[in-house]
Amino acid sequence: MKILVVEDEPEMLESIERVLKQENAVVETAMNLNDALDKALIYEYDCILLDINLPDGSGLELLQELKNQNKSDGVLILSARNSLDDKLEGLNLGADDYLTKPFHFSELIARVRSIVRRKKFDGNSLLEIGNIRVDVTNQSITIKNEAVTLNRKEFAILMYLISNKGRLVSKTALAEHVWGDNIDESDNFEFIYSQIKNLRKKMNDLDSGIEIQSIYGVGYKLVES
Amino acid sequence: MKLIQRTIVFMSIALLVALSVWAFIFYVNMIDEVHDSIDDGLDNSKLLIIHEASMDSTVLHKSNFDEGNYAIRRISEKQALGHYDQYKDTLMYMENEDDLEPVRLLTTVFEAKENEFYQLKVISSMVEEDDLIEDLFYSLLWLYLILIVTILVINTLVLRSMWKPFFNYLNRLSRFKLGKNEQVQPIQSKTAEFQLLNKVVAEVLESNIRSFHNQKQLIENASHELQTPLAIALNKLQLLAENETLSEEVVKEVFQIIETLERLTRLNKSLLLLSKIENKQFLHEEQVDVNALVREILEDFQDQIAFKALEVTFVSGKELVVTMNAELARILITNLVKNAVRHNFKKGKIEVLMTDSTLQISNSGSEKALNATHLFQRFHKESNDQSSTGLGLAIVKSIADLSGFQITYQYALGIHQFTVRFK
Repeated sequence: MKILVVEDEPEMLESIERVLKQENAVVETAMNLNDALDKALIYEYDCILLDINLPDGSGLELLQELKNQNKSDGVLILSARNSLDDKLEGLNLGADDYLTKPFHFSELIARVRSIVRRKKFDGNSLLEIGNIRVDVTNQSITIKNEAVTLNRKEFAILMYLISNKGRLVSKTALAEHVWGDNIDESDNFEFIYSQIKNLRKKMNDLDSGIEIQSIYGVGYKLVES
Repeated sequence: MKLIQRTIVFMSIALLVALSVWAFIFYVNMIDEVHDSIDDGLDNSKLLIIHEASMDSTVLHKSNFDEGNYAIRRISEKQALGHYDQYKDTLMYMENEDDLEPVRLLTTVFEAKENEFYQLKVISSMVEEDDLIEDLFYSLLWLYLILIVTILVINTLVLRSMWKPFFNYLNRLSRFKLGKNEQVQPIQSKTAEFQLLNKVVAEVLESNIRSFHNQKQLIENASHELQTPLAIALNKLQLLAENETLSEEVVKEVFQIIETLERLTRLNKSLLLLSKIENKQFLHEEQVDVNALVREILEDFQDQIAFKALEVTFVSGKELVVTMNAELARILITNLVKNAVRHNFKKGKIEVLMTDSTLQISNSGSEKALNATHLFQRFHKESNDQSSTGLGLAIVKSIADLSGFQITYQYALGIHQFTVRFK
């Protein structure tokens, strides 16, 4: 995975770079529009993480330039503005997704992986982990060639945990990803547990080769067993 | 009252006063002139009678008016010498009218022969003053009415055409909306007052538009400025928490900090949303199918409802379609449903009742009515729930206010009920 991170806030940039490297990505960075344009127009990236507010211009200009040059790098906009207009404009200019700051790193990774998957395999990708094969397009999985029925939320949870394999995924991040931003955090997301329990049972019943661990009551981690 | 009506009222009062004063002066002058001319006639008659009396002494014995217009009687010298000519108004019986009629009477004395003094009374019929006043009154009334009608017609025709550009302008002004329709075509008239209005309105509008856009910019900047440090802190903590050398205790502590910062993030987002609503930045309106939206949102909360084992009833009547911003509609209903779930107890109830103009969400909850006056205020919290921002209902209220809906709260027997009236 080759990724360009365009972000003017040094500490933010450093954190993102670190987390992507943990995911074994090749990361390059740019802190202003000029550098970003230089890099993006010369090299090919699987995904560009793009901040809109840059000191020397708007990140949207980079999108426009990519479009003009017929480059099809995946672009994930990272913006502090939760504005529908910005989002629509970005998506119209060819961005693949839009993520509002602050975000969970698990969410960032899931989205980046999803973009890369779409770009690399035209969406027809089969994902393998342990004894599980995931057909992302049809949202179905098989364990040792045996089909397993998952409901929509179980599938979303599994995909999210697989994308963040080996990482601690907080309950908040998982809840917001699966149940949406408007989800209420009262009762400390205990309602998530019943879905996890069902998912775990299905994984254990057949020898899936993965394990969903609970970490100190704050989140979950998927590991290959 | 319309300007034109006010003008008419003022005009009619002023005219009434002016005409009354004029009528009084006119009457006094006219009566004076009438007396003058009658008195001249009487004087002339006096001379003729005295002349006739000197020729024909029988005249001197006409002591009654009868068919003539004079009467003569003898008086003593002493009486005669103290007498002056006297004109006065009096009443006298008139055969033709069979009534006492006003007459003008001249009383004078003359000496017919040496030391023979006579008193002569000459009369002349007078105008009847009451008739005169009556005639005058009716004439004036007609004049008054004609004047009023004339003014009315002139006002209506002339003023309407003169005010036309003003009303057109008013119409255009009423369509003005900050952030949406900011162009107001100036008034088309050369009238100085209208030109002035043009100038003043243009200035006011411009300063409003400017401060609106400044404020909008400020909100966006504030959002950016706050979100970025929050994002940095949160992301660093997330990385820290994943450090596998940390003990469980430390990881839990780090997550408590993360949760606190996440609450701060939500608070910031809610405040921004509230400012955006109150600054009318959600302009795009469309037809929103409220029934479908409520169903969808209840579905979104399905897992929380199941977790709390809540019993949900959804009763809807006719379709309810509202013209409003779709994003706001979703936030409005989500916040109400979220509240009904959050403030419920295990195995409690939620009842959603829809008619063709209202949405009613009732839930079981605490055995105490909420404070209805403070309920919708910012940061008003009834519970100690740390995860609540205290802005949910304030947002609901400002969306309702913006869209012209009514929202009310009622409590009875452990059931809390919120009603949104859409029309």
